[in-house]
Amino acid sequence: MSKEKVYFDYAATTPTERDVIEKATPFLGERFGNPSSLHSFGQESLFALDKARKSVADFLGAMEREIIFTPSATQANNIAILGVLKECKSSHVITTSIEHKAVLEPLKKSGVNVTHLPAYKEGVVRVEDVRESLKDNTQLVSIGYANSEIGTIQPIQEIGEMIREENKKRREKIIFHTDAVQAVNYFPCKVNDLGVDLLTLSGHKIYGPKGAGALYIKEKNKVFPIFYGATQERGFCPGTENIFAIAGLGFAIEMLSKNNSEKTRRLRDKIIDVLLEEVPGSKLNGSREKRLPNNINVTFKGVEGESLMIALDREGIAVSTGSACASGSLAPSYVLLALGLAHEEAHGSLRISLGRFTTEKEVDYLLEKLPPIINRLRKISGK
Amino acid sequence: MSYYTQKTMDRFLNPKHFGEMKDANGIGKVGNPRCGDQMTVYIKVEGEKIKEASFQTLGCAAAIATSDVICEMAIGKNTKEALAITEKEMIKKLEELPAVKVHCSSLAIEGLKKAIDDYQKRK
Repeated sequence: MSKEKVYFDYAATTPTERDVIEKATPFLGERFGNPSSLHSFGQESLFALDKARKSVADFLGAMEREIIFTPSATQANNIAILGVLKECKSSHVITTSIEHKAVLEPLKKSGVNVTHLPAYKEGVVRVEDVRESLKDNTQLVSIGYANSEIGTIQPIQEIGEMIREENKKRREKIIFHTDAVQAVNYFPCKVNDLGVDLLTLSGHKIYGPKGAGALYIKEKNKVFPIFYGATQERGFCPGTENIFAIAGLGFAIEMLSKNNSEKTRRLRDKIIDVLLEEVPGSKLNGSREKRLPNNINVTFKGVEGESLMIALDREGIAVSTGSACASGSLAPSYVLLALGLAHEEAHGSLRISLGRFTTEKEVDYLLEKLPPIINRLRKISGK
Repeated sequence: MSYYTQKTMDRFLNPKHFGEMKDANGIGKVGNPRCGDQMTVYIKVEGEKIKEASFQTLGCAAAIATSDVICEMAIGKNTKEALAITEKEMIKKLEELPAVKVHCSSLAIEGLKKAIDDYQKRK
């Protein structure tokens, strides 16, 4: 196989599905109306907005009025968290030490008392830890469905069930939020089965365009708007909607049910097996079993992740790393550190994430190129 | 369309001065407290002149490239001249470095300085 462009960073973003582009493109062109306008131009856009809302609602088993569109999942998380906590500063929130910054940072800013649950070596939180951390004033539990770095899956349904039981005893109900951005591609996300009150998802992680996320807000939940100035999205996300991206999200989510993850899982296992066997001093980060079908996160001793990533990029292969050297802040991945990895181990980590268009040939190309690069870099490091 | 310049990439992919030096008479080991990179600089000094220099670096592409640059620049200089090498001169050899990577060149300078210190102590 000659040098070509091979994409193994689906966890960062997914290529937009051709069919989605085709169906959504008119909203960048002739169908430009503002959905708030009453004339036919506007109504055409409103129709597209409603249709996308129905697609997301169907996927989640929710009602259309329970779905709001946002410009990104990060913003959806902010609206969810800050919106729940807005009227109450003295409450308590439970989250995890491996949560995305889009959850951790708003929590930090809100000034409430936060419990960060451990994810242990395997990167999986325990339901009993959630139960034991509940306080009388616990107002919100926010736990991501699947981790974007290490791909581990959290027992959302069990936690949801436990909270449901607990809520029977409470006057002030605990609100349960999950960031399902990485999970929606592969796992059932019916909100009633999961027992969640709030759920975040993103368009560009499911083969839709960038620029749209969605937040499910269960009816009758106390969530307050944090932005002002207009009435779009029931006032939660005021501002003229990005119809192209939202329509694209709708088309993309409709295609998800047809997606078969078995091939992805098999290719993931092949990569893990070959790397762990052929590369001495390598180990998988996070549980192998409770893991997204598309995520591989490995540490290679004696190499640094950024240099590995750059060398692979030179061969046309795109991956990601939790190394401090690849982050703007020069801090290693806090997710890997939370798993108990030493700084040096996080330094040598590589995330390989697969997706719908990953082929066996691409996997073989990666497995051909990666081990010699590791050897070369180990010669340079002398380790 | 790349993060690093071609010159940085060439140094990173084909460094000329890496490897342990068995008969070095000055060794400098440094670690970057910020990102965790580790670097060892080896020098062989004869009559105050640096005859040979090599490195071992566990770090990013910029750390490897700057390690290679510092060795190249040190060779042929006397210890006093070598201690005067600046970040700016090093980066010039690479055309430029991303702002967040400039600290890699200071690590290399520190490594060489430590190797020269070690040589002075051994004398």
